[in-house]
Amino acid sequence: MTVKSLEQQFQERIDAGERIEAKDWMPEKYRKTHIRQISQHAHSEIVGMLPEGNWITRAPSLRRKVGLLAKVQDEAGHGLYLYSAAETLGISRDELFDQLHTGKAKYSSIFNYPTLSWADIGAIGWLVDGAAIINQVMLTRTSYGPYARAMVRICKEESFHQRQGYEIMLGLSQGSPEQKEMAQDALNRFWWPSLMMFGPRDEESPNTEQSVKWKIKRKTNDELRQEFVDITVPQAEILGLTIPDPDLKWNEERGHYDFGEIDWDEFWQVVKGNGPCNKERLGARVKAWDDGAWVREAAIAYSDRRSRSQGDEASRNQDVSAAI
Amino acid sequence: MKSNNLYQYLLLLGDHSMILGHRLSELCGHGPSLETDIALTNISLDLFGQVRSYFQYAAKLAGGDATENTIAYLRTERKYLSSTILEQENRDFAHVIVRQFLFDVYHRLLLEELQNSKDDQIAAIATKSLKEVKYHLRFSTSWMNRLGAGTEESNQRMQVALDYLLPMAHELVTASDIETAMKDEEIAPDLNVLAIEYWTQVKAVIQESNLKYPEFKDRVVRGKQGIHSEHMGRLLSEFQYMQRAYPNMQW
Ligand SMILES: [Fe+2]
Ligand SMILES: [Fe+2]
Repeated sequence: MTVKSLEQQFQERIDAGERIEAKDWMPEKYRKTHIRQISQHAHSEIVGMLPEGNWITRAPSLRRKVGLLAKVQDEAGHGLYLYSAAETLGISRDELFDQLHTGKAKYSSIFNYPTLSWADIGAIGWLVDGAAIINQVMLTRTSYGPYARAMVRICKEESFHQRQGYEIMLGLSQGSPEQKEMAQDALNRFWWPSLMMFGPRDEESPNTEQSVKWKIKRKTNDELRQEFVDITVPQAEILGLTIPDPDLKWNEERGHYDFGEIDWDEFWQVVKGNGPCNKERLGARVKAWDDGAWVREAAIAYSDRRSRSQGDEASRNQDVSAAI
Repeated sequence: MKSNNLYQYLLLLGDHSMILGHRLSELCGHGPSLETDIALTNISLDLFGQVRSYFQYAAKLAGGDATENTIAYLRTERKYLSSTILEQENRDFAHVIVRQFLFDVYHRLLLEELQNSKDDQIAAIATKSLKEVKYHLRFSTSWMNRLGAGTEESNQRMQVALDYLLPMAHELVTASDIETAMKDEEIAPDLNVLAIEYWTQVKAVIQESNLKYPEFKDRVVRGKQGIHSEHMGRLLSEFQYMQRAYPNMQW
């Protein structure tokens, strides 16, 4: 059987809506694209812990502190599922971390913006998790099985995060004048970066066509962005907050909201590493990893020694995975 | 008077969980691995769950406008009754683990006794929390073993942390006036008795972890009387920031 016919068969399976599993034959480019996308997604979960983590120690009440801790912990769990999904494609978690730490791998640019007030925690849950859900609901039907299944688990938690964030915003917008001002300011700062989360315009997104063919993506960046705007504008109205876009208005003919132009210069600046917090976010990840090196080494040395004395490889593996 | 002592005792119990829980919450997103990050956050979440139970009960006793949040956030430093060891900084993962272990041994022994407290609510909180704390102790003990006996570097780091933190641990098992009063009312256990079992267990784990029991072990510490180390003021200024900057608001 020639390679070409394998590729044809592969495409036929995808066209028929079949799931591709880790052991199945797949084109090298499909594998590489998935490693890139799943690991980018995993890195986004992990780096995404940092801006919200910035407010854990200053949460305004016990209930909010517990809610935020649990949320950020969920994101760590999402990172775990996604790294595991990426590992099914034949790459290790250490290699993936290395790509993140050396700047070779990307993560979502939204996390390069600073969190400056408690209201930012509400805005991130509402807008950022909200935008993530739109992307991820689509990905629950993606062609690669382990990725799609990870997404199903993750989506449930993301919608909880979105509701929690919206509830924080609702409380603030019905609160004191200072609280309302805080909420509006957070919306002002996070609105445009949230729209940027869907990536470049379709005509400037080279991966989209192939991704649609492989059902990695089932909708284009612009379609998803429109969906987000249409869902979010009425929510802002309920909050009594103003979306910072003078061009935003309902278009009866299209049945969608029209909205203003994204500042694409800023978008590319942040992607290239020149956003407000790129250095700090990556720096914090590298520091955690470097500071933890002796801990991980000790855990491996300890279980190696134990398994030598017990002569039992299985117990070593069990021990290392329990430890690290 | 009885209810004032009980109120103070609830603060003491809650403050122990809260100050340690806060220190652990600082680590969220910065752990040495994803799994340990998640585990430490879990412990922090358990501790804050306990804090809420204790302070909701305390708020009921206090009456008036008191809530779990006014109690947690709106005291001055001298009114926090946690042991000094708990506010110590996360200098490295060794300090995090040693601090956790020295607290967990005490915490488990305490909750086992508090299950039989004459105060039904404290007994109920203790029963629920004990399940969590048994897991915390398993976690911290396994890391004592692993890092104590892991590599030369990990052993040294653990010894440094132990030498620094263990001399503060005696405060956990030395009764303050409030705890003595509670013991007399059979609400709290006798810490003199608990201390014997505490040191036996602590020494056993230190030994099995290839670590040395520090020679010096009686630093002067008075956290339970509200006289804290200099770390506490900074911890509280961060912890209380929102409640202080925006008084009387709902979040
Ligand atoms: Fe997530
Ligand atoms: Fe989320």
